Amino acid sequence: MSSAEHWTPDRPAGPPSATAATPTTEQVIAGLRATSEGGADLVQLLTPEGERVTHPDFDIDISPEELRSLYRDMVLVRRADREANALQRQGQLGIWVPLLGQEAAQVGAGRAMRPLDMAFPSYREHGVAWCRGIPPQDLLGIFRTTDHGTWDPIATRFNLYTIVIGNQVLNAAGYAMGQRFEGKVGDDDGEATICFFGDGATSQGDVHEGFVWSAVYDAPLVLFCQNNQWAISEPTERQSRLPLYQRARGYGFPGIRVDGNDVLACLAVTRWALDECRHGNGPVLIEAFTYRMDAHTTTDDPTRYRLSDEVEAWKLKDPIERVRVHLSRNGLADSAFFDQIQAESDALAADLREFCVNMPDPGPERIFSNVYAEPSPVLDAQRDEYLEYVSGFEGSEH
Amino acid sequence: MAAPTINASTPATTPAGATTITMAKALNQGIRAAMEANPKVIVMGEDVGKLGGVFRITDGLQKDFGEQRVLDTPLAESGIIGTAVGLAIRGFRPVCEIQFDGFVFPAFDQIVSQVAKLHYRSQGKVKVPIVIRIPFGGGIGAVEHHSESPESYFAHTAGLKVVSCSNPVDAYWMIQQAVECDDPVVFFEPKGRYYEKAVLDTSVAPPPLFSTRVLRPGTHATLASYGPSIRTCLAAANAAATDGIELEVIDLRTLSPLDLPPVFDSVRRTGHLVVVSESPSESSITSEVAARVQQECFYSLEAPVLRVNGFDTPYPPTKLEDEFLPDLDRVLHAVDRSLAW
Repeated sequence: MSSAEHWTPDRPAGPPSATAATPTTEQVIAGLRATSEGGADLVQLLTPEGERVTHPDFDIDISPEELRSLYRDMVLVRRADREANALQRQGQLGIWVPLLGQEAAQVGAGRAMRPLDMAFPSYREHGVAWCRGIPPQDLLGIFRTTDHGTWDPIATRFNLYTIVIGNQVLNAAGYAMGQRFEGKVGDDDGEATICFFGDGATSQGDVHEGFVWSAVYDAPLVLFCQNNQWAISEPTERQSRLPLYQRARGYGFPGIRVDGNDVLACLAVTRWALDECRHGNGPVLIEAFTYRMDAHTTTDDPTRYRLSDEVEAWKLKDPIERVRVHLSRNGLADSAFFDQIQAESDALAADLREFCVNMPDPGPERIFSNVYAEPSPVLDAQRDEYLEYVSGFEGSEH
Repeated sequence: MAAPTINASTPATTPAGATTITMAKALNQGIRAAMEANPKVIVMGEDVGKLGGVFRITDGLQKDFGEQRVLDTPLAESGIIGTAVGLAIRGFRPVCEIQFDGFVFPAFDQIVSQVAKLHYRSQGKVKVPIVIRIPFGGGIGAVEHHSESPESYFAHTAGLKVVSCSNPVDAYWMIQQAVECDDPVVFFEPKGRYYEKAVLDTSVAPPPLFSTRVLRPGTHATLASYGPSIRTCLAAANAAATDGIELEVIDLRTLSPLDLPPVFDSVRRTGHLVVVSESPSESSITSEVAARVQQECFYSLEAPVLRVNGFDTPYPPTKLEDEFLPDLDRVLHAVDRSLAW
């Protein structure tokens, strides 16, 4: 599908030509601005206006049915996200981490995975979780603070959310190394791992080390960076002078910038990258250039650090609207389809709400459970002593 | 209690099947046995492959088990532990070497945030059977960051288990038991004792990993310690015996969880306890032992629990380490103070 050269920036080698004035330092830096969209380097297959375009290295042959299904996933994921956000506002969740605006990046990447591929998320990957078959209900406990994640990371091949920024990149590198050590890499039946992190995380030492480790061990790892432009209040310029995808070159593996609001491009590029990895040509860095349309979390106030103009401009690049326009304009979906998806998303939101408000609080014994895999008489004694103390209050006012 | 064989000179007669062995070699053989027993056991660390580790603990393992089971890693401690976590999720049992005690801190985040918490976070769905080997303690005349005793940081962290061996026989067994443990184990090796010898008879079954042992019975006072200070305590007990004072010496061996009933039993008999460790005293293993003993043995104590530690300073330039490290005289001075209380 793609040549190995595509990741080498197509720029003239050697010093600037004699006819061009030597650029100033400021001009060089401006040309490398991390927030510029990357121009010709940005892989896009569906424009914000819903027009299907081609790319010399990446294209995708997709059926109308599959396109409708991608649309459905994005709509449902967004609906669950909005419902959870509302549940936080109504006091049913302690906090929520919105993914609004990042549906294409996550659904594109998530749908590119095969069943045996492994994912290591950060904490905003609700859309990837959906693609791994984890219902949004299973995410709520983390944000209602009743648990730290209830799904089985081994069975779902979707690790638990990692909240310490960047830790999971090393964990993912290790897992991918294990896939290689077990001989599960090298042909089309191979396995691969994908790791999700943000633009802010790229400043973390663990992310740098993860790049180094996955490179020197030829790990089958797709490093999927969602550059949503903001690390809480700090813009990407605070993390990097260089467009993030170009960092890959320094580590010796391909780096690709994809339109993170284009689900087709995200699907095509991630599928290619995972295939490269399963064949033994990993790692690969993907920078999904997108935008965090909502706050960092429900505790955040973005009006303190960014202009509404910027948000308005990104609204025109909405990841779902462009697919809807494309489907409608080309007669690939009728109003009955859109009505049906709407009804489905409303039902999902109602289920989610019903589930959330009925979630039981954990009992105090949960504090002590599974600290260790092996028996722990010391903790058992601490638990028993505390439960006995608590039982002394039974029937009293407090 | 059988007479301890540790740190003894080679006996005139060696039992059949027994060999005299250094702690370094005992650890090497223990790791080798663990790797032979389970193909999922892999060794990771800086210079552990071709070189065999800066202390040669992993000598010859890469040659025999290959580069995919003995990994010369990039020079990044967080990377060693962070990738070990991923390998553990995949089903491997990594044995990681941190080259020196003072270099573990870049990995502290991964150890505390992931290694220690993943089993709890996943409510038992993910096991993290990682062994983190750390040569620790002073007495080798090294430059800064090569002589520290950071064990209390790890004992303080729920989800980790922390042990320390004090002699070649324990080293051989404890490293294998740590590898078999389904929980993460931080394994402290007293680097100043790596080349001390003892007789290892592999036909004698070892005690459980997380158990404390009485090494020398005594009646007048109890010394409790671990790792490099055990030898100091045994020497102190020998010296005291010449004055007719019988000190009971207890090797804690497991620092988290602590196994204190043998210490309680001892203190109930002797009424005096001195706890010894090279680490600074504040919020340390010795503080914890003292707190628990005063709670359990309050009416048996004839004197307050006394402690002999490194001072509450950074590790000094090593021209001064003989002043800093607990030695025989400081231990006996504490015993004298306790008995005279």
